[in-house]
Amino acid sequence: MKPLREVGILGFGGYVPMYRIKDEEIANVWNAQTSGLPVMEKAVPSQDEDVFTMSYEAAKNAIARAKISPNLIRAIFVGTESKPYAVKPTGSMLVTSLGLDNRSLAAEYEFACKAGTEAFQSAVALVGSGMLEYSMAIGADIAQGRPGDELEFTSGAGAAAFIFSKKSKETVAFLEYSVSYVSDTPDFWRRQGQKYPQHAGRFTGEPAYFNHIISSVKTLFEETGLKPSDFSYAVFHQPNTKFPLRVGEILGFPPEKIKPGLLSPVVGNAYAGIVPLGLSATLEVAKPNERILVASFGSGAGSDAFSFVTQEALEEKKNLAPLVSDYIKRKKYVSYVTYALYKGKIPR
Amino acid sequence: MKPIVVGVGMTKVGEHWNESLKSLAVEASLEAIDSSGLTPEVIVFSNMMSGRLQVQDHLGTLLADELGLRGLPAVRVEAACASGGVAFHVAYNMIKSGIYKVALVVGAEKMSDTSTEQTTTALMTAEDREYTGFYGASFVSLNALAHRLYMEKFNVSEEEMASLAVLSHENGVNNPFAMYRRKISTKEVLESPYVADPIHLLEAAPISDGAAAVVLASEEVAKTKSSVVSVEASTVATDAIRYYEREDLLTFESAKKAFMNAVSASKIEKDQIDILELHDAFTIVGYLTLESAGIAERGKAAKLVASNKFTLSDKPAVNTMGGLKSRGHPIGATGLYQISELYLQLTNNAGKNQVDNAKIGVAFNVGGVGTTTSVSVLKRR
Amino acid sequence: MSESVPRYWREIKIRERLIGSKCEDCGRITFPPRKVCPYCRSRKLTEVELPKKGKLLSYSVVRKPPAEFEKYAPYVIGIITLENGVNVISQLTDIDLKDIKIGMELEGVLRKYREEGEEGLIHYGIKFRPRIK
Repeated sequence: MKPLREVGILGFGGYVPMYRIKDEEIANVWNAQTSGLPVMEKAVPSQDEDVFTMSYEAAKNAIARAKISPNLIRAIFVGTESKPYAVKPTGSMLVTSLGLDNRSLAAEYEFACKAGTEAFQSAVALVGSGMLEYSMAIGADIAQGRPGDELEFTSGAGAAAFIFSKKSKETVAFLEYSVSYVSDTPDFWRRQGQKYPQHAGRFTGEPAYFNHIISSVKTLFEETGLKPSDFSYAVFHQPNTKFPLRVGEILGFPPEKIKPGLLSPVVGNAYAGIVPLGLSATLEVAKPNERILVASFGSGAGSDAFSFVTQEALEEKKNLAPLVSDYIKRKKYVSYVTYALYKGKIPR
Repeated sequence: MKPIVVGVGMTKVGEHWNESLKSLAVEASLEAIDSSGLTPEVIVFSNMMSGRLQVQDHLGTLLADELGLRGLPAVRVEAACASGGVAFHVAYNMIKSGIYKVALVVGAEKMSDTSTEQTTTALMTAEDREYTGFYGASFVSLNALAHRLYMEKFNVSEEEMASLAVLSHENGVNNPFAMYRRKISTKEVLESPYVADPIHLLEAAPISDGAAAVVLASEEVAKTKSSVVSVEASTVATDAIRYYEREDLLTFESAKKAFMNAVSASKIEKDQIDILELHDAFTIVGYLTLESAGIAERGKAAKLVASNKFTLSDKPAVNTMGGLKSRGHPIGATGLYQISELYLQLTNNAGKNQVDNAKIGVAFNVGGVGTTTSVSVLKRR
Repeated sequence: MSESVPRYWREIKIRERLIGSKCEDCGRITFPPRKVCPYCRSRKLTEVELPKKGKLLSYSVVRKPPAEFEKYAPYVIGIITLENGVNVISQLTDIDLKDIKIGMELEGVLRKYREEGEEGLIHYGIKFRPRIK
């Protein structure tokens, strides 16, 4: 897919909570083995954080880099599976808290871990069609894992926001092409009213994660004629450390191109937030005129693939807000008990 | 014309499970009425939290009815913890104006009817709800902000901060109406848990129930009674309701103003004051009051109390019947307990804690964090 | 007794964006906003958004919370002097008690204050944390 007029990223920003828990700490609680753990450590939100507060901070950082007045942004979409209200859009709360104009669109998207990039597609479309000049898409989640389940080792938290405008000298990167690929594949789901998701074990691998990412990326290659060597970076969905490196290998991307955007080893899988965060982190180290592949995966299932090309403005705008690496460096370890308290696993 | 205190009445302060707000107010009122030998023409009722704690308002009228005085004009006064002093101020002006000749001022509060958490919420109504209460700042925590700032700025130790609580308890031992009639040591105070760091439990006045009443009469009516205590001045002043907006966070402008106005109205000199009733809901309030009134030098009040100033044998003697800390602090009643205790001292009825030749007594009743201060100056004629 | 929705809603913009009043006559700024200047009594006041960076003036710890904050104690209350000299009161977050120092540099962030139980509204406002950079 290509919009009628070219669209660029005017501003971007991420947010990761301060607290961390080591996978080793979790393993010790359940008497599980401490070798072969899926990530090293993951981010833990404080009791006073949620998807609204994380989105707010990511958005503030994006606005700082965009260098525009917030009231020019006329659409705000949040992709998440852990919004604070089941009914009451986080977007509406962001409109007031960020000082956006009331004459705006606001909505949440759900598509498991690809809800953030789902929001990208719509935000891009509004600008690309000429309907709006500025739009914002946010991916944010506080991932939940049942105590003792595999997911508990990787369920992290984080958010990243992207402001889209028409491509210009001010945009840090422009969108070259995007693809979405979807099928009914029940690898991971959560029923209404349930607190924790269910997953189908090894089924989440080949038929789900790998099939959909490979499909969306191969489609992008076919429709554009691009190949892996044209890209400097690749940001893949990262439910653990191994999967993104393996799918990269299958598609022809070496680890050095993947590592700058591979955050889940230290942040955990922030569900809809992780690929946007990975893209933020990549933009923070990329140079102008480099091509970045972004391929998300959302259970249920689907994958969005994008090709972005960086521009000159990236250099100057990088340091207008805290970097994702600043947030990653800012950390304090908590015990399992504190972790359980903060994530509401111990009712009060 | 100076209004005269003709009679007082107090209930014991404590946790009165068998008493209601109404029964406490009636008990104190009847005692004051009987000891004065007069029938009030107007009732002024002081209370802060009955609407929340008892789901009851319209208190002035309720009491008039209970006292068999249906038909009497009655009014309720609320100014947070300064309600008593401000109610006294209202009654004082009613008598001074000549429109009424005998007034009953009664303060009552029944804080143990609800859980500690609910009472804590009710106490917070003294503060701006939307821009202080919203953030969960309990009333103690606001005073603790001042307590910490004072310690940092004037280099005052925790021990020195605790001294007023120790002094109040020392005196409360001999007050039959006091809630806590035992001495406490500095060590005990500092070892007691924090209510809101850095304020310790034993530096904070207790949640308590009680009522105190005063009958005020015009000079002419009082001539027929043997009372000798006149009200030389009754003043009230206020300040910004949000403590953090004050120009100087370590001065209570309201106490400074109210005291200045009281001094000029009563024409007393500071060094003539024999007895001072300080509002030690928290020790910091006592210290800032002393300094704001110019009775202690800025930054020195805690150190003075710690070095044994203001005891019963000193002039002025402070909190001679236990203050808020030891006698107790049933919010709406406190201001009237202060007046009643001054009255006992000035009429030679203070028992073991009698201050010899007590002639002039001053009470500071403070609401909020030094937000509203009433100053009453009583004199033995 | 259920809580008041209109009372919460009315103050959202002011609390979340830290909107104060600036007096056109004497130039002084106050928070929260008001109709009459407390310094010169002028009625000419306009809305102004306050800076979010400041320094800690004093702090205390709530250990005995009011009923509506029962689940959340202990928490830290602080007075922060913003870069423009205006004081605000708030909670502190993302910090250990032992690391709090009077005078430390802080920045305001949007956080949850409390939930009205399982079913009611969620209350949000600005809290202050140590500056990230």
